[in-house]
Amino acid sequence: MSALAKMASNRLFWPVVMLLVLFAINLVAFPGFFEITVRDGQLFGSLIDILRNGAPTLIIAVGMTLVIATRGIDLSVGAVAAISGAVACSIILGSPAPGSLATVAVAITVALLISLVLGVWNGFLVAALGIQPIIATLILMTAGRGVAMLITEGQILTVNSPPFKFLGSGFWFGIPVAVIIAAVVFGLAALITRRTALGMFIESVGINPEASRQAGVRARGLLFAVYTFCALCAAIAGLILTANTAAADANNTGLFIELDAILAVVIGGTSLAGGRYSLLGTLVGALVIQTLVTTVYTVGIPPIATMVFKAAVVTIVCLLQSPTTAEALSGFRRRLAVRSGKGVAAS
Amino acid sequence: MKKLIGIAATGAMLLALTGCATSGNAASDGPKPLDELVVGFAQVGAESGWRTANTKDIQASFEEAGIELKFSDAQQKQENQIKAIRSYIQQQVDVIAFSPVVETGWDAVLNEAKAAGIPVVLTDRAVDSQDDSLYVSFLGSDFVAEGEKAGQWVLDEYADSSESVKIIQLEGTTGAAPAIDRAEGFAEVIAENPNLEVVASQTGDFTRAGGKQVTEALLKSNPDVDLIYAHNDDMGLGAIEAIEAAGMEPGVDIKIVTVDAVKDGMQALADGKINFIVECSPLLGKQLVDIVKQINDGEAPEKRIITEETTFTQEEAIEALPTRQY
Repeated sequence: MSALAKMASNRLFWPVVMLLVLFAINLVAFPGFFEITVRDGQLFGSLIDILRNGAPTLIIAVGMTLVIATRGIDLSVGAVAAISGAVACSIILGSPAPGSLATVAVAITVALLISLVLGVWNGFLVAALGIQPIIATLILMTAGRGVAMLITEGQILTVNSPPFKFLGSGFWFGIPVAVIIAAVVFGLAALITRRTALGMFIESVGINPEASRQAGVRARGLLFAVYTFCALCAAIAGLILTANTAAADANNTGLFIELDAILAVVIGGTSLAGGRYSLLGTLVGALVIQTLVTTVYTVGIPPIATMVFKAAVVTIVCLLQSPTTAEALSGFRRRLAVRSGKGVAAS
Repeated sequence: MKKLIGIAATGAMLLALTGCATSGNAASDGPKPLDELVVGFAQVGAESGWRTANTKDIQASFEEAGIELKFSDAQQKQENQIKAIRSYIQQQVDVIAFSPVVETGWDAVLNEAKAAGIPVVLTDRAVDSQDDSLYVSFLGSDFVAEGEKAGQWVLDEYADSSESVKIIQLEGTTGAAPAIDRAEGFAEVIAENPNLEVVASQTGDFTRAGGKQVTEALLKSNPDVDLIYAHNDDMGLGAIEAIEAAGMEPGVDIKIVTVDAVKDGMQALADGKINFIVECSPLLGKQLVDIVKQINDGEAPEKRIITEETTFTQEEAIEALPTRQY
């Protein structure tokens, strides 16, 4: 009993339960849900799709976790994703050899470098000018999509470049490349922030910037670093999203992905008030969101009701995680226990 | 940008002044020679390849007919479009044509045009107004008919089939007029054959990524699907990727029918990956010129004119592709 209570008090408990419930719903609607087969040397199955389609959201959510831990937020990730996709595709289209590895390498490098500039811009607004993060990143969120539109001249750029496409829909040792990239980003972020004191510094800036400054933590540099890292994550995700369909669509690439990423972080138990964060929680959160999308398709929820269904699931997760509800629930349980205890004594 | 608008406004005023000086013989007495006609066109913007083709075709058609066309781009903003229409009214153009950015909020400016005695033609999109005397004609596609054409092909293709045919529908953005109408027209036609069954219908938001993700998931739960009907080419192109990833051959193992006929879609049709495309044509310049001529001759054009649209099979796509404008 106490072991179970201990587990339930873990902040990962309810998100994981939710994920399992969603899996169960899928399994009922579609018995082959857990089947993973090898087709042409590639893993193939619903779970693989969830991992692959969830990869961009996860990558952005990793960056977002660190930003949120500093008591910030980055709304511009969707726009940055659109810009990086647009830049890469226009470079590939403009080169004489769109299929060559060198062209694709140049395109990816330039797209990532531009994202670094965009991240430094966000960091500058937040750390140097002291603008509230939600406002500072709102600027790039609105302007960025316009920039992406300018780059693509308002058209959908279709590229025919196998090496670029590999990024989005390719496989490496049977595993989708997008999943490998997400795993690397996740692993690096975890390693750098958790195996060094960096993660603790980020948390301290989020909890009390002034106290951490007096304790010798360089908050400004740290903020620059997290916003730049977040933009880099957004650009990587943007490249994967664009490569997935081999087309840069400035209007739609990464549209509303900032909300998915923030949601993944919140479901994972990291507070928007900053401070303690959990990358593992973010991973579970991103999986919950992507599984939710797949569930809508496999169960066949009509498109008109999709938003309501998603809202209901998210509300349940948030309610279960809230300390107030937990308190109320445990109070209820205690009363129940007392009552049944009395019943036993009386008999 | 402001400077440009300023220059345009000054130009408009100058033109209005000269217009006043020469407007002795008003338009109402008999047709004008074509080279004296002036038409103002207020375009939505340049948001897609479809729209760019629409603009180019209208400009080219008026040039060919020898009618002067004043063109403005509203960059997807209603207030810009209203400004443009007001300036056309001041310039006393003979006909105003425009594609409304949104459906509502046009009554005031259209009443001004009516008061000035300038006929208004809507192209491509309709306005939502109680008063249909505000415009003389609406020229645009019939989305229900597009759905019906797609349905008809499916009906003919599986006319001899005695087995059940499983269909997945990729819907456009939930609530958008083309999505609702294309679904309606399709459903009505395929109802004739009880073997045709839509097993799943989900929205792909008119995007490639949406079409791909939905198809991926639906192919897992419905692996024996025979046909995919997508409300636009982009979602169909996404579906192709998903089908290929599942180790099947698009256009053969699973047939695909889409609507739009943009270049990428036509290429896929010519490559045999799509089986049939219903055109939703942006090339309505010629028909617009005809309407303008009719108005000039004092005739009343039809209130609702449907864009001349065709359909494409794979063979027709190969033929049409080299001269495709968009």
